Amino acid sequence: MEYVSPEGLRLDGRRPMEMRQIRAEIGTIMKADGSAVFEMGNTKVVAAVYGPREVQNRGQQISDKALVRCEYSMANFSTGDRMRKPKGDRRSTEISLVIRQTMEESILTHLMPRSQIDIYVQVLQADGGTRSACINAATLALADAGIPMRDLVTSCSAGYLNSTPLLDLNYVEDSAGGPDVTLGILPKLDKVTLLQMDSKLPIDIFENVMQLATEGCKAVANYIRELLLENTKELEYRRGV
Amino acid sequence: MRGLQLPLSQTQKIRLQRALEQLESLSSKVNSDASVTVSDSIPVNYEDSILKGHGTQDLNGQVVATVCGVVERVNKFVYVRALRARYKPETGDIVIGRVIEVAPKRWRVEINYRHDAVLMLSSMNLPDGIQRRRTAVDELNMRSIFEENDVICAEIRDSQHDSVHLQARSQKYGKLNRGQLLTITPYLVKRQKQHFHYLEQYGIDLILGCNGFIWVGEHVEVTDDMVEDQGNKSGTSLTSLEVQERSYTPIETRQYICRTANAVRVLSTLGFNITLEVIKETIDLSLSVNLDIHDMLGSEFCVLVAEREAERRSSVKKR
Repeated sequence: MEYVSPEGLRLDGRRPMEMRQIRAEIGTIMKADGSAVFEMGNTKVVAAVYGPREVQNRGQQISDKALVRCEYSMANFSTGDRMRKPKGDRRSTEISLVIRQTMEESILTHLMPRSQIDIYVQVLQADGGTRSACINAATLALADAGIPMRDLVTSCSAGYLNSTPLLDLNYVEDSAGGPDVTLGILPKLDKVTLLQMDSKLPIDIFENVMQLATEGCKAVANYIRELLLENTKELEYRRGV
Repeated sequence: MRGLQLPLSQTQKIRLQRALEQLESLSSKVNSDASVTVSDSIPVNYEDSILKGHGTQDLNGQVVATVCGVVERVNKFVYVRALRARYKPETGDIVIGRVIEVAPKRWRVEINYRHDAVLMLSSMNLPDGIQRRRTAVDELNMRSIFEENDVICAEIRDSQHDSVHLQARSQKYGKLNRGQLLTITPYLVKRQKQHFHYLEQYGIDLILGCNGFIWVGEHVEVTDDMVEDQGNKSGTSLTSLEVQERSYTPIETRQYICRTANAVRVLSTLGFNITLEVIKETIDLSLSVNLDIHDMLGSEFCVLVAEREAERRSSVKKR
């Protein structure tokens, strides 16, 4: 199948190096300590953070740092064919673990010993790149909850189809079976916290693809930072003195 | 932007926008670069030695924020004051909490901190007001003072490391009855001299807990049992009618409780600082436009409150 037309356009009309439109909203869930909705094109994810709070299961308490937990789920209506997925299937367990490890790396857990931070992410609409969208939403929610972090974590995916590197794959391109790199970076520290790839790529092409994904992550980071700054200013001026 | 989850008509939207813009222009800190987000570097004078406080970290010699908030400077000391975060206890704060466990010699109280607070049996006055050593009998009767899920009011005695100790050594502290508990984000409550308020014209008590828990309830007369003489003790055997009268809250008071609670709710959804005078003004506003209690949470009143607040702040500024 042809994923990039001779004119250099992808199936949804984007250029190979073009991202889908991103949009985010902070503070969507009233009850949570921090929450956010993140959209990348048609992919829509909601994240909620509770904590730091008292550890629910005393046996899991860590004496010198906070316990970070993450639960990923997909709404039944998020995909085209409505499937009843059992909670805790292999895919969602894996993604929960990935998100947890990525976020834990950036949270300054040693400042909140013997407490627990819960991150809940749910996919409301799935159109490829849910992993990246979940990480971006979780970052926003954590920042909203006022949890101290080393740096923001931002994530973006990239692939390689029809011998062209493509940024931010959608569902159709994702299911083509080609290489799919999901990258998570700390933009300020310029470090990689997450790197996953399906199938194989030659090393020189991989570098190109990863470079593209890094650019994508940085674009997301700029957007997120702007949004957070605007939100902080608004909270401050509304409060008055 | 933190969106309001209210259906606004076109004119209401414009009015709200205008009020918020006015508020923005009135704020002194917006135009300066005081607001930072995670991983923004904070400009400091590196020639001086500086002290880094909460919300900052060192990154290759730069001072970098770790939370979203407002940069505060005190001489050499630089820290970031986080907005929307959990409550951080300070000694002497008045807080409201919910008892979640009755443990040996202590109650564990949820106060919106990352750990539960502890109220020792020995750090509160006994109901009969006698000062004495707590015995094993007192310990067994702890549930007669507070039970699980009771809402109580207390003061922070100390918060070292992670354990927060509470004390309730006065009659004004203790169990809260007949009212509503509201939960708002703690940064909206400012520490003040007075946190207990008695709104006489409505006959209600208002307690602004520093931890973002707010109590609105029927007024209770604070009697210091210590001064009370023995003669009054016979009054404890009340007739059933008197008991019934005591447990009854008049309908007007209940309405005022709801009105006050809704005023606080509106203010907190708009993200305005919550003080006694603002709450009073909001109640007066709702009464002056003859609004039903349930309509106070509607979009029209929300816009009205925003406009009124903009007006108030500009008049304060002019003075």
